[in-house]
This record gives sequence, structure tokens and C-alpha cells, in this order.
Amino acid sequence: MGFKIIVLAKQVPDTRNVGKDAMKEDGTVNRAALPAIFNPEDLNALEQALRLKDRYDGSTVTVLTMGPPRAEEIVREGLFRGADGGYLLTDRAFAGADTLATSYALSTAIKKIGDFDIIISGRQAIDGDTAQVGPQVAEKLGIPQITYAEEILSVENGKIKIKRRLERGVEVVESKLPMLVTVNGSAADCRPRNAKLLLRHKKGVAATEWSAADVNADPQQCGLSGSPTKVKAIESVVFQAKESKTLDSSDQAIEELIVELITNHTIG
Amino acid sequence: MSNFYLDNPALKHHLHHPLMRRIAELKERNYTDAENYDYAPVDFEDALDSYEKVMEVAGDVIGEVVAPNAEEVDHVGPSVVNNRVVYAPGTAENLKATTQAGLMGLSMPRRYEGLNLPMVAFIMASDMAARADAGFCNLWALQDCAETIYEFGDEAQKQKYIPRVCAGATMSMDLTEPDAGSDLQAVMLRATYDEANDCWRLNGVKRFITNGDSDIHLVLARSEEGTKDGRGLSMFIYDKNDGGVNVRRIENKMGIKGSPTCELTYKNVKAELCGSRKLGLIKYVMSLMNGARLGIMAQATGLSEAAYREAIAYAKDRKQFGKAIIEFPAVYEMIANIKAKLDGSRAILYETARFVDVYKILEDIEKERKLDENEKAELKKYKKLADAFTPLGKAMNTEYANQNTYDTIQIHGGSGFMKDYPCERYYRDARITNIYEGTTQLQVVAAIRHVLTGTYLSHWKEVYQQEKLDAKLHGLQNRVAHLVEIYEKLVPFVAETRNQPLIDFQARRLVEAAGNITLSYLLLSDANRDYEQFGSSAEVYVTLAEVEIAKIQKYITEFNPDNLKFYRQTEEQTEG
Repeated sequence: MGFKIIVLAKQVPDTRNVGKDAMKEDGTVNRAALPAIFNPEDLNALEQALRLKDRYDGSTVTVLTMGPPRAEEIVREGLFRGADGGYLLTDRAFAGADTLATSYALSTAIKKIGDFDIIISGRQAIDGDTAQVGPQVAEKLGIPQITYAEEILSVENGKIKIKRRLERGVEVVESKLPMLVTVNGSAADCRPRNAKLLLRHKKGVAATEWSAADVNADPQQCGLSGSPTKVKAIESVVFQAKESKTLDSSDQAIEELIVELITNHTIG
Repeated sequence: MSNFYLDNPALKHHLHHPLMRRIAELKERNYTDAENYDYAPVDFEDALDSYEKVMEVAGDVIGEVVAPNAEEVDHVGPSVVNNRVVYAPGTAENLKATTQAGLMGLSMPRRYEGLNLPMVAFIMASDMAARADAGFCNLWALQDCAETIYEFGDEAQKQKYIPRVCAGATMSMDLTEPDAGSDLQAVMLRATYDEANDCWRLNGVKRFITNGDSDIHLVLARSEEGTKDGRGLSMFIYDKNDGGVNVRRIENKMGIKGSPTCELTYKNVKAELCGSRKLGLIKYVMSLMNGARLGIMAQATGLSEAAYREAIAYAKDRKQFGKAIIEFPAVYEMIANIKAKLDGSRAILYETARFVDVYKILEDIEKERKLDENEKAELKKYKKLADAFTPLGKAMNTEYANQNTYDTIQIHGGSGFMKDYPCERYYRDARITNIYEGTTQLQVVAAIRHVLTGTYLSHWKEVYQQEKLDAKLHGLQNRVAHLVEIYEKLVPFVAETRNQPLIDFQARRLVEAAGNITLSYLLLSDANRDYEQFGSSAEVYVTLAEVEIAKIQKYITEFNPDNLKFYRQTEEQTEG
């Protein structure tokens, strides 16, 4: 039997390739200078969803994203890899949302979609690194959640079995459906774009657009007004070695280094 | 993060060649497929955009998956377990990624689940794949065997096999046997008709079969008992699901190690006849081989590309005597020559692919409707050009791949001899390209006909010399015209002796001269469209061509036919 799967995905600035002009003078992120990409761990999430679709006939994968109109490309990227369709939540009312307001908006959209079995998202986005949105969505929907997933092992008899990657090992846990899972970057890489799907979806509308009103969202809980978190400033911290030291590989030099590191409390 | 299409502007240049408009219009039957398939283009711009998009997908998978796996695949290689081939893990991953990316059955029609791309695009993906891993290029490019089923198989076979290839089934062409290599007329593998089960049965041995444990095999076998030549051979399709073919061993090769080269045993194997009896060698294999030769041209070009990139990166990085070695004329000359030969190789590769596209698509259209007179003439013209350019390009590009990978090692000095740099792998991989699918010596046999009948000469005069070039290329154009004048005298000088052994002896030199002139003209044309990218290569290549042709001219005009005796090793001489 098939499952109805929703993938939560975000378009993010590519913070892995930060140039000099990544920050504006006022301390905010200069989005224009950074290429917009599919959040990497959301791609891991998409792959898990597509694997379920490959494995369980009749499954569908729907991509849900929130952002400016150009974030439609996230849904399109999903279609290129095998997703069935998607929704873009886009409205000025959603702008400036923190994780609380974001998870509220996403949960209203999911309620509007209605029928689902599994929601899969990346663990966290590379622009905020909070890892809060997935868990908050699960809370708002009142469904179980499993975080740090590395692999969805099976979905049988209404139960999903998932391998989690933890700091010191792995654990395998089970949950009943419907539920939400967040996926780690250590999970399988997402499959490449498929040529035929790309040609099929390269033109035309990729996503159904929804405004706040379309998903019956309470404006007070959306965007800036729904966000208790206020960003004071963002700083670009550049790590640089001010002074360097060259060591030879003798036992004595290594011993001296260890002593120095212990003395200045770097280690020990 | 590397994309082998996006990081190589030469590919885009060739994908945007003016003849592509005609090719796309023919391939898309005036864009009528768009009515039935949502992924078919609606006009030329849409088609070209689609070709580019698919090349980007290919460039991404090849750059991100195939290339990083290449070194490990070369070291680990495939193995045989219980008569089955087990690919190196990297090879298996490559196959999975290329299948997921929908890069199988690229050129097959949409009604069989293909992408209906022209040969130019398929060849471009091969060119990229070979740059990453020449051995993997073989496995992937063998999908082209589906072309034989499409051209000659019956409708049931097309429906049964082609969609499987598009979904990722691998293929092989089982031709060679221990006593039938270049001379395929000697094939002995026996095909007998099994009346009771209403099918053909194959028995015998095949050798040197690339990817011999594939899912779908094309097998050349002797169906006519008692015959001894090519007319007794037919083509069969063997489906691995039916079983019966075992891998006895795989060869331990010098290069293309990721590509398993198998010895196969056939024991009462069920097979289907493909096409008509007795046409196996004389029609189908000839067609298959022409496609394969074009594929090897692409493989050689990709290897030259890889070599060039390694050479220039190393020469910029390596410092000796206080400066980067690329500053030294002895080194930058080698790099400039590699680049010129690379650009020339790519020019004839895509020129040939375009010729093949035009005539093959017209042949396909001819099965649907009658061609008008213009189309018939077009088909004939391009078929002849494809026949002439395929052996010429195969000979030139594969010899150049050897020279280029050799020079890249030289630029690396002692480091190039070590396994630390990929150039030694390119060198080993390149070495097979001028041997398989017909040695250079056999390409010369095919190409010399077109030297003697004037195919190349008339094409230069009627097409290349008529091209209006920018004024800054006129000097080069005149120099190439002068080479044509020399060539025009050399050909009759040899031919009119009517001394067959002498003609055979000088054939390679004449074919090389034809290759030098053809590549010179093609580079002029490329430089005319994009001087910044190809101007230097045109200059460097024409200089190389002049030197080569001067040498050839001296050899041919001053050679005393009586001296052939010094070259010919008689039985008497070789006995001791």
C-alpha cells in the first residue's frame, strides 16, 4: 500500500560559499549576493521520501515550502527528482518569521493539505541552524516525531521503523503513523535530477501558491508579528590564525606542545 | 562541486552548431511529438534548451559521482564470482546514478521510453564520461546497442527490450571470438533452430566481450551450417533472464580496468533472431561498428580533455628553477599541442556525429513515409560523409589521445610515472582506443577509399573552402589551401602507380594528410565562431599540419617503390 508523504523543504542562501559581500553593512544577510539553494538536509529528507515512494507502490511525495515567489524553484527541484507536486506558501504576511511563526504557517498548510501519513524534513537549515521547525510542526499537529533520522527502515502495519544517528551510536525506533521525521545530513545523498522529469517540468507552474488567507492562518501568529524571537545583529565571524608556529616532529617538540596546551587549558 | 558540461565551454559551442537546427527539426519530426509527450520540445529553441538541460544533468552526475569514483574503480576493478561479473563498488554506484538521472536510452524514441536526443548529445555525454572514467564510458555507452534493435529488430523486440534499456538494463555486443578478432568472418559460435521450442539455440565461446555479463546481449553467430564466411552469420538477442551464458573469466588488462572484458561460454542458450538471417555481419555489425567507432572517438576525445586539464594544472603548479614550469617553452609547447589536438579531435567528433544524425534520422523517417527528392539527396550526401569521417576521426582522435596522455605524463616528470596522479591512468586507458572497434590500421583501410575517390577533397572544396571567414583567419585559410594543393598532387602520385602493395604502404600517410587538413578546416570554422576559444588552437594546429604534411610529402614523393623489399619481412627472414 502507498503512503502520503509531505516533504518540508526550504530555499536557503548558500552559506557554504560565503564571499566578502555576504553581509550588508547593517549586519543582515545579503541574500542577493548568495546563491539560493535547496537546503542540503532537506535534500536528504527528499531522498528518504522518494525511497519510500519507490518501495511502496501508490505512495505520493508532496513538497511544501515557504518563501518568496522564487522559492517555487524548490518545488520544481523536487519534481525533477521524482516528487509528485508541491505547494509554496508565499505572502508578505509570512515575512520575517522565526521558527515559531514558520512552524505555525507550515502546520496550517499541512492541515489544508489534509490527508498525510508521514512528514519528512531536514534536521535543520544551513541559514539558521536551529533544528526547531520540524519538531515544532509535529507539536502543532499533535503527532509523534523522530529526529536525527539516518534511514527509514520500513513502514509496515501502520508503524514506521527508523534508524537514528546519535552522537555515540545509532538507535532504531518505531512510531505509529501519522508522524514527522527529521533527517540528518549523514543520511543517503539525494538522487540526481532525472533528465526526463526535468524536461517535463522545466516550464510552467511547479507549485500551487497559497497565501496566508488560503491556509486560514491567523495573521497575528504569522511573520514578524508571530515571532517572539528578535534578531539583534548578525555578525560575520572570520576565523583567522593571528600567529602561527612551526613544530618539528621530534618527541621533545610534541611534548612541549602538549605541555603548553594543557597549561593554557586548550586541552585537559 | 564540478559539472563536466558547465565547466567546458567547448561542449556548448558544439551543441550550438548551425546544423543542429536541421538535426532537431528532423529528429522531432517538425515538433509533432509535443502533441503526445509532455517532455517533447515545441520548437527549435525549446529543443536546444532541452539538449542543454540533459547535458547539465549528465555533466553533474559525471562530475559529482563518476569522476570521484574513477581512481578506486581503476584500482579495485570487477571480479568474477560464480560465473557472474561483480562490478567494483564505484562502478555499481555510477550505473545507479546514471540510471536515476535518466541517462539510459538517450537517443531512443519516446514511444519506447527514450529521450529522443540526437547522436550529438549522446556523444557529448560519452565525451564527458570518458573524461571522468574511460572504462565506465564503455559500460554506459553500450546502451547504443539498443540502436541496432531499434533499426533492425521487429516491433515485439523493440517493445520488449528498448524500454528496459531506458530503465537501466545494460548491453553488450558479443562479436569477437578467440579466432575471430579483426576478421569477424571467422566467427564460429553456432546458432541452431530448436524446432521443439520454436527458438534459436546458441553454443560456443566469445572472447574479449566488453561488459559481457550485461542484461541484454547482441550476439553474432553462425546460423547457416557449413558456411565459412560472413554471409553465414546472423545477429541474435540474448536476454540474461533466460540464462545459459556464463562468464568463464575476465581479462587482466592494462587499462579501462573498470570495464569487465569477459570470456563467455554459451551452452544451449535460448536466443531470438534480430532482423534477417545472413545479414548479421554484412549489414548489422557494420552498422553497429560505425556507431561504436563514433563512441570510441568520443572516448578518445574525453581522455584528451582529461589529459589536457591535468597537464595545465600541474604545469602551473609545479615550480622548478624558480618559476612555474608552464613558463618554459619546452613545456608550454607540449601543452599548446595537446590543446590543439584536443580541439581538433572534438571538432571532427561532432562534425561526424552531426553527419550521422542527419542521415540516420532521415533513414528512420523513410520507414514512416516516402522522402522527397531533396531529402533523398540529403540522406545520400550525409551517409557518405559519415562513412568517410568515421574511420578518419577514429584514427586521428585515438592516436591523438595516445599522444596527449603520453605528453601529459612527460609534463609531470617523475611524478607522472607514479600512481599519485591520474595521468598514468589516462595513458593506460587511451592505449586501447586505437586498437578496439578496429585498429588504426583498419580505419586506414576504410578511409583510403575516400582519399582515392575524392570524398574528402570535394567536401573541403565544396563546403569548407566556401565558408566566409573573418579577415583575421584569411592567412590561415590560405595556408590550409596550400596544404590541399599538396594533397591533390600526392593522391594521384600514389594512386597512378597502380601498385597495390605500394598504395597500401602509403595509405596511412595519405589518410593522415586528409585528417590534418580536415581538422585544420574544422578548427578554422570553430575559430570563426569563437576566436577567443579556438583561435590559438587553429594557429597551433595548422602549423602542426604543415609540418606533418611536409614530412608525408617528402616520404611519398621520394620513396623508391623498389625499396618496399627492405620493409617486407619474408618467411626466410623471420624464420631464424
